[in-house]
Amino acid sequence: MTIKDKFAAVQEAFGALKMLGRDPSTLQFDRILSPTEGVMDDRAMLLFGTNNYLGLTFDKACIRAANEATSRMGTGTTGSRVANGTYGTHNALEERVARFYGMRHAMVFSTGYLANLGTITGLVGRGDHLLIDADSHASIYDACRMSGAEIIRFRHNNPEDLAKKLKRLDGKTGDRLIITEGIYSMLGDVAPLSEIAAVKREAADNTYLLVDEAHSLGVLGENGRGKCEADGVMDDCDFIVGTFSKSIGTIGGYCVSDMEGFEALRSISRPYMFTASLSPGVAASALQAFDEIERKPELRRRLWDNASHLHGGLKALGFQLGADVSPVIAVRCPSKELAVVFWNALMDAGVYTNIAIPPATPNAISLLRVSVSAAHTRSQIETALDVFAVVGAQLGLIEATDTPHHSRPSLRIISGGASRAEVAIPPQVQPEEASAAAKP
Amino acid sequence: MNFIRNTNTKGIRLPEQSRTHERVLEMLKEKVGDQYILAADSSVVADTGLDSVSVMDFVFELEDEFEITIPLDRIAEIKTVADLANTVEKLCEEAGQTTG
Repeated sequence: MTIKDKFAAVQEAFGALKMLGRDPSTLQFDRILSPTEGVMDDRAMLLFGTNNYLGLTFDKACIRAANEATSRMGTGTTGSRVANGTYGTHNALEERVARFYGMRHAMVFSTGYLANLGTITGLVGRGDHLLIDADSHASIYDACRMSGAEIIRFRHNNPEDLAKKLKRLDGKTGDRLIITEGIYSMLGDVAPLSEIAAVKREAADNTYLLVDEAHSLGVLGENGRGKCEADGVMDDCDFIVGTFSKSIGTIGGYCVSDMEGFEALRSISRPYMFTASLSPGVAASALQAFDEIERKPELRRRLWDNASHLHGGLKALGFQLGADVSPVIAVRCPSKELAVVFWNALMDAGVYTNIAIPPATPNAISLLRVSVSAAHTRSQIETALDVFAVVGAQLGLIEATDTPHHSRPSLRIISGGASRAEVAIPPQVQPEEASAAAKP
Repeated sequence: MNFIRNTNTKGIRLPEQSRTHERVLEMLKEKVGDQYILAADSSVVADTGLDSVSVMDFVFELEDEFEITIPLDRIAEIKTVADLANTVEKLCEEAGQTTG
């Protein structure tokens, strides 16, 4: 395919969908008011499509740490971790992450995507065997391809299929690296990590387990250490990869391990070596955020209360949901086109969610990915449920219901991005009130 | 109407198909449904209406049926129905199975 053909194919595939409203690839928030409110096209929006699970992006201590570090050390390191780009803050951050997990080693990368690339390509290569969950994130697939190792997919969340495929490798040389996630990013479903760890324990000695806890750090486990902690299988997880762009509220990634010699990766991992290190401000806010997670277990409790409330509410309205209660709730739509119209209509009514359509989704379904934060108030969740109820019924996705809040002014919904001046916004979402409501 | 022809789309007769070939084509027929006519040189994606996720599901079904593992790089080499059947047959041989 020529470059021009490629561009034309994208235009053809997505052009029709863009005609139905906003272009997802050029959406812009003009202002962000809090972890749960933003302004787009002069319209106040409740944010139900971020990964800000603990709401730490506006945590005062994290902001103070970031500002202080920027003032003291400058806007960026302008260098790689293996050149001039390692400051005290970077080392302190690695020590903090290692201590959080109770492991000996931690490596910090500049993004979560690079953490997967850097860890996986550092660990395996040609002659080795990767066994990855079929629903793995793009960063895992890309890392696996880059490594040159053989890539074997096992059926999503299916330890029996993993065991079968491991058995078929008997007699072959090369290390085996099993890769699974904790919480999956699209449907919000959770890996059966105890069973996967059990399969790994039964397997040959040179079989290792890497768990990507991007969406489960700060979310699962008594101390927020993720699915490894929740399932009591930390000892079986040879490598845990994570990100700072969700619960930690900034950007960056890491890998932790107890394995002897792990530090060797600093000399061989290209995605670690050949890119600039985190800016001092980002490293400092990440460091502070780990402290906040440990000091404030109530954040996790609030997150799960909110998740139950939202999940229960959407289910009661009659929406088809992707998984059990989770901070990530996939609302299934019967077609790509309806998903796009729904996504736009919700935004017209002041509720921002993520849209996911093939080929980005497992099982080729179309869905709205709705995520919740510890920072959402009860009232914001009620408002969102009202909007889902009205819009969902208008589009025929659910039956019309009498909401308990039908004393509020009704929403006039006009689909499509052109309608910005004409939509009635529910009172809670006016910017002045929004910032007042943002105080905990 | 849906049938597997033992000729390519240019009407040229192809070599005798093994039982493995036949089973692969049979499974593909079941997956794809009645509206497609499949020849050995039909494209697995373009001529079957299967999207990338359905292809992945079909690969899992083949792996279970033949008790083989089809790594991603082998899948990437598969363009036609014949490629698919040949790959399955080769992997069966490598796994030490008789193909008949």
